[in-house]
Amino acid sequence: MKKNLRLWVQICSAALTNGYILGFTKGQIYQGSTKALCVPGLNCYSCPGALASCPIGSLQAVLGSRDFRFSFYVIGFLMVVGSFFGRFICGWLCPFGLVQDLLNKIPLPQRLRFWKRNNLPGHRYLKYLKYVILIIFVLLMPLFLLDITGLGTPWFCKLICPAGTLEAGILLPLLNPTLQSAIGWLYAWKVFLLVLLIVLSIFVYRPFCKYLCPLGAIYGCFNPIALYRFQIDKSACIECHACQLACPMEIPVYESPNSMECIRCGKCRKACPTDCIHTTFERKEKKEAK
Amino acid sequence: MKYHIMNKKVMETCMTEKRRNLIGIGALLCGLIFMGLGVWRGEAAVVLQKAIRICLECIGIG
Repeated sequence: MKKNLRLWVQICSAALTNGYILGFTKGQIYQGSTKALCVPGLNCYSCPGALASCPIGSLQAVLGSRDFRFSFYVIGFLMVVGSFFGRFICGWLCPFGLVQDLLNKIPLPQRLRFWKRNNLPGHRYLKYLKYVILIIFVLLMPLFLLDITGLGTPWFCKLICPAGTLEAGILLPLLNPTLQSAIGWLYAWKVFLLVLLIVLSIFVYRPFCKYLCPLGAIYGCFNPIALYRFQIDKSACIECHACQLACPMEIPVYESPNSMECIRCGKCRKACPTDCIHTTFERKEKKEAK
Repeated sequence: MKYHIMNKKVMETCMTEKRRNLIGIGALLCGLIFMGLGVWRGEAAVVLQKAIRICLECIGIG
């Protein structure tokens, strides 16, 4: 249990945020008042089991509404969660992160193992793509591309989000003949993107989180100042690079323990031979114990 | 002299960590105020209205 603690937390989090079982059997979505609240991870509010809202979808909904040009509610929520945990949410609580983690665990035959890697070629530049997506598809397009009634469209959900396709786009049309009849080129594009990411996730560790996720981009900005941070005990660190080798995001943890790419999976801490990577919460505990 | 340099390094690290904590707590408080303001302005109702209907864009239909 302790060995797979992160996996169990991820499973529990995914089950809790998608706990409306009736939705899966009836092909309907939950319509209770908890949907006014956001969940910390990327979880489509049109998933039949979703009990609360996706923060990225909610942000676009408010920005694209007639009454508001700024969302204090969703941005405030992201600030609260981000300043507490940073990208710990990506590593431990995001349901779509769990899907990618599980896909990456699929064992590959010998001849395909050559293609397995942590990052895509061009990672150095590609990792900034998620910030471009955040600014263009999540913020600017819903704000400025309005229809004749003055409403914006959630462009990230519409054109990119694979979580929506996976959680809502497959099951709902299967159970609802009306939705089936409305399927067109956009659906084909989104399914293509989902399949591409699923295949890619088997070979590359969390490609969506690394290159496309706008929520990860937001939480990443909070990593250096979040209350939950990593700290290096410089007096104990021997700079052996074991942390960097163990890190699936290939971060030199001994140099930048609070990198914007770090999802706090904790593999670096397990790999460290001198046990010099601590969390801010642990340090406090240790100081109190002394 | 050696002790002085080491002490200075430790001080710098502490200051940085302190500053990080302060900024983190500031962002947290600011976020809480933003959330309250958002609820007061009725943004939560907009989120609810969007979330209780099937989002056609999310599915890839709308």
